[in-house]
Amino acid sequence: MIKKFTFPMGGIHLAKHKVTTDCPISNADIPEFVTIPVKQHIGSPAKIMVSKGDKVKVGTLLADADGIVSSDVHSSVSGEVVKIEDLPGASGYEEKMITVKVEGDSWEEDIDRSEDVEKEINLTSEEIIAKIRSAGIVGMGGAGYPTPIKTTIPENKKANILIVNGIECEPFLTADDRIMVEKAEQVIMGARVLNRALGIQNAVIAIDENKPRAIEILTALSKLYVGVNVKVCKTKYPQGGEKQLIRAITGQELPLGKLPIDIGCIVQNVGTVFAVYEAVLKNKPLFERVVTVSGDGCKHPCNYLVRIGTPISSLIEQSGGLDENVHKIVMGGPMMGNAVVNLSAPVTKTTSGILLLQDGEFTKKEASSCIRCGKCAQACPAGLRPFAIKQAVSFNDTVEHMRKLHAGDCIECGCCAYVCPANIPLLDYCKIAKQEIRKK
Amino acid sequence: MDDSILSNVYILGGIAFVAATVLYLVSKKFAVRTDEMVIKIAEALPQANCGACGKAGCADFATACARSDESSFANLYCPVGGAAVMQKIASLKGYAATDRAPSVAVLRCQGNCKNAPVKVEYDAVSSCRIANRISSGQSGCPDGCLHLGDCVKACKFGALTFNKETGMPEVDTRKCVSCGACVKVCPRGLFEIRKQSQAGGMVYVACRNKQKGAVARKNCSKACIGCMKCSKINEVIKVENSLSYIPPELDADTFGKELAENCPTGAIIYKERIHD
Repeated sequence: MIKKFTFPMGGIHLAKHKVTTDCPISNADIPEFVTIPVKQHIGSPAKIMVSKGDKVKVGTLLADADGIVSSDVHSSVSGEVVKIEDLPGASGYEEKMITVKVEGDSWEEDIDRSEDVEKEINLTSEEIIAKIRSAGIVGMGGAGYPTPIKTTIPENKKANILIVNGIECEPFLTADDRIMVEKAEQVIMGARVLNRALGIQNAVIAIDENKPRAIEILTALSKLYVGVNVKVCKTKYPQGGEKQLIRAITGQELPLGKLPIDIGCIVQNVGTVFAVYEAVLKNKPLFERVVTVSGDGCKHPCNYLVRIGTPISSLIEQSGGLDENVHKIVMGGPMMGNAVVNLSAPVTKTTSGILLLQDGEFTKKEASSCIRCGKCAQACPAGLRPFAIKQAVSFNDTVEHMRKLHAGDCIECGCCAYVCPANIPLLDYCKIAKQEIRKK
Repeated sequence: MDDSILSNVYILGGIAFVAATVLYLVSKKFAVRTDEMVIKIAEALPQANCGACGKAGCADFATACARSDESSFANLYCPVGGAAVMQKIASLKGYAATDRAPSVAVLRCQGNCKNAPVKVEYDAVSSCRIANRISSGQSGCPDGCLHLGDCVKACKFGALTFNKETGMPEVDTRKCVSCGACVKVCPRGLFEIRKQSQAGGMVYVACRNKQKGAVARKNCSKACIGCMKCSKINEVIKVENSLSYIPPELDADTFGKELAENCPTGAIIYKERIHD
């Protein structure tokens, strides 16, 4: 039997609900208008480079990275820029967005649209990072941290291992799974590109044991390439968390407040690695991504290749539309995602899924008092005491106290709220505590 | 048998006597000398410990008053006690009493369930600061009242009540001591402590929405649309980011009625007498 890797502390076992595992990625329809936010990443918003009335093609630069922690934004359609203004996003708060009216589908000339897998890498490390930067690639797992910063290794530090995160531990989501099955060779090439950029020969593709096809295909393929291996991880939530994954694969504990690079690790999502392959070897900027549309209220669950800026409502329409059974619409996974307030909000670089959920299993129940069972502390993969953090927040304790409870190290996985028998929304309190600490 | 009981009484009594003597001597030797003025001023204060004066509590305020000279005393004011308490403290100190116009907290939002209908339901924790972090709210207005009543919980004087029909907190102007607790706790900064005019009136813009007029109106029928009409009536009024703000210096008795009548959406509220 193969050894299965996992992290030792906390974690929970969730029902999979991965109904779209066998749905091939299909192209979503291009809508009439796309709205592209200029801030789809962590950091400062990009500087807008186009003006109203400009004609753009697929892949044209719309906004340029402003500073180091920022990212380029490209047009996902061809047509005319009709509006540059603040529009409500998925949370209902306004963000600066560029609206493009779609006319035809003509791409920038230098994008290689052929299906062949490019296998030659003759670029230097600097050239690769420059290409990743100009393609506007950010972490596609959900956080949206600009990839070029992660791949640029600070002086006097050394990378030892590249971990490609193919865990996808959230229920329902299958976007990464489908990429690994359908674009296996590209993912491996992407990992090799990143290997070269980092100056190492040690990439590990970590896959959850609940994805047998991806494991089979990638294990067979990885034997043909030097420096790329596959490791199988146990099904356990949140196995896909950066700290948990590093612990599982390398056995090293990431110290509090340190970055993975401090212990020589770099973790990239499968989607990001695929985007890196396309950017470096196919000259294709990041303007489309795979999104899972699913949930128990969804009529035709499916995996779509979606142009960024497509409204959520258009995707829901293609999956059979809404009916009165749908109680809640969630962007991202059911554990870490956020409820959508505004359906005209666009799909962004970090949208991994759209879930239509019915009233029942996934909706919040009325909270009662804490019975001090300590289940939340047992489930917390970061080793925190969520009940204590909740108390600190609801009693308006000092920030010092919250810091002593290490609330800043919460990874917002939601295990505590999931296991709580009193249905206390512990995660919400932890998020508030985190926010208070960050403010100071 | 009797001996052992008695010996216990003597030993324990002896220990108690020695300890009491030591405690007495130590308390005499290391007694903290408090200014008598501080004690007197503290007695005059309402002892609400609300922090409205900007000090850590009533004791801190009393110390500050006792140590102040004539010019710095003019900057100290206890909004809870008001003019009466300040008069008492001033006579203790022998300075002239500072007089300030009475003020009251106002809620700058009219997004109740009629004006701003609910579009999405919120089912998470009943706390404004958590709701504010998650989304723009049930009506869709990103600057409006979240209807969850953090302010009501924060008010120590019972001046805020939650009206279940409108879904909005209401200020009881007679109970409000303008301590500013609601101003601090509202994640959207909807409360403001405003001074009353000489006749006891007040005029203010009851909206904080900075969206463009058409967008703001979509979510709430009483939103400020930044039409500039009020700024034409009096130049002191500034309209920025399509949101008007009436500065407290503006004389409500003179302009209030005209401003409220000319506001096309009814975002400006004028009250002739705040307590009515």
